[in-house]
Amino acid sequence: MRQFSPADILALIEGLKWTLLLVALTLAFGGPLALLVSLARSARAKAPRWIAWAYIEMLQGIPLLGLLMFFYFGLPVFLNIELPALIAVALAYALYTGAFLGEIWRGGIAAVRQAQWEAADCLGLSRRHVFIHVIAPQALRIALPATVGFLVQLIKNTSLASVVGFVELARAGQIVIAGTFQPLLTYSLVAVVYFALCYPLTRWSRSLEARFNGAG
Amino acid sequence: MNFRPLWRYEDAWWEGVVTTLELTALAVLGGLALGLLGARALRSGHPVATRITRGYVEVIRNTPALIQIFLIFFVLPGLGLRLPPFPAAAIALSIYFGAYMTEIFRSGLDSIPKSQIEAGACLGLSRWQMFRHVVLPPALRNIYPSMTSQFVLLMLGTSLASQVSVDELFHAAGFIDSRTYRSFEVYALACAIYLGMAIFFRLAFAGIGKLAFRWPEGR
Repeated sequence: MRQFSPADILALIEGLKWTLLLVALTLAFGGPLALLVSLARSARAKAPRWIAWAYIEMLQGIPLLGLLMFFYFGLPVFLNIELPALIAVALAYALYTGAFLGEIWRGGIAAVRQAQWEAADCLGLSRRHVFIHVIAPQALRIALPATVGFLVQLIKNTSLASVVGFVELARAGQIVIAGTFQPLLTYSLVAVVYFALCYPLTRWSRSLEARFNGAG
Repeated sequence: MNFRPLWRYEDAWWEGVVTTLELTALAVLGGLALGLLGARALRSGHPVATRITRGYVEVIRNTPALIQIFLIFFVLPGLGLRLPPFPAAAIALSIYFGAYMTEIFRSGLDSIPKSQIEAGACLGLSRWQMFRHVVLPPALRNIYPSMTSQFVLLMLGTSLASQVSVDELFHAAGFIDSRTYRSFEVYALACAIYLGMAIFFRLAFAGIGKLAFRWPEGR
């Protein structure tokens, strides 16, 4: 046991760096996946709609912790490959993002009035053009508050990566506690950092919601 | 892939499911109570009560549930209250669920137009009658979908309690994994059980909602 020192603060900052890197990687993998899922859910053909629906239902029905455990402990055993921790964890979060963010964006697309499709159709635009130039900008605006809200969830949920030994902020806290035996102080500090990251986003999401209320 | 070695631990699986459901039920009860209290405080207009509730909701909603569980688990002993993991996790999850329920209840009550209440007052209804007949039914109907999805999220969230060694489903999975070394099958099965419970609850709530609110008629 030793005193809580500036080195411990540095360790927490190092953990924070990995938390932010994990969020960035997750969005890099999960963002395109979510886009794909929302498009599949909004498609005319039955098959992609059905597959995307099953995917969303499944991901929303299992705990994120389970997904992490499965990717980190289960999958490498099954496939006989050793995934680097960062990649295994980021893939699990990307799948989670694909489902939840995909569902949010699907809602945004569905909220754009049908008449907009018809009007653009009358102009002789192709379905793809209608989507890119008419529907997507409006859908994005409608879904923006919920998207920011999801980002808050994601930042908080990266703390679960600590469970599989990924040294992000929460795990860095545990390591500091192992040395200093100061759980109350350390976890409070960690909580404050998460709060400082998330609260501005929450506020932003709320002001967006107020601004866009009734949009579309 | 070989699931057979897992069946020998049938008791551990079963106990994990029961503990998960117990923890969910306790956290739901505690969270509903806190949520009602919080929504009441927010609508009372009392500045101190409003501020405290706002602070509670914002802090809980902007920090990870895992950290909240760790804090409760380590703070209470510091205050001289040494709780076993299960009650500590139940308290932490109640506080967590309560913050979300506060927001949901408040939004439900806010969704009732003032004119409805004024109309009720014109009929000479008492405050309680007004709440019971004018405010509550449409408010409940409005918040029912978000309430039920929050419930399912809470049920999935009880998996976090495994980290303070509550022997719920994931704790059981970890135990069985350490005995059988069948990580893939163990975690696949654990996820499948959660998925089954989530689907069951969602269908059950949808059914109850249909009966209680006669959906989708009148929407």
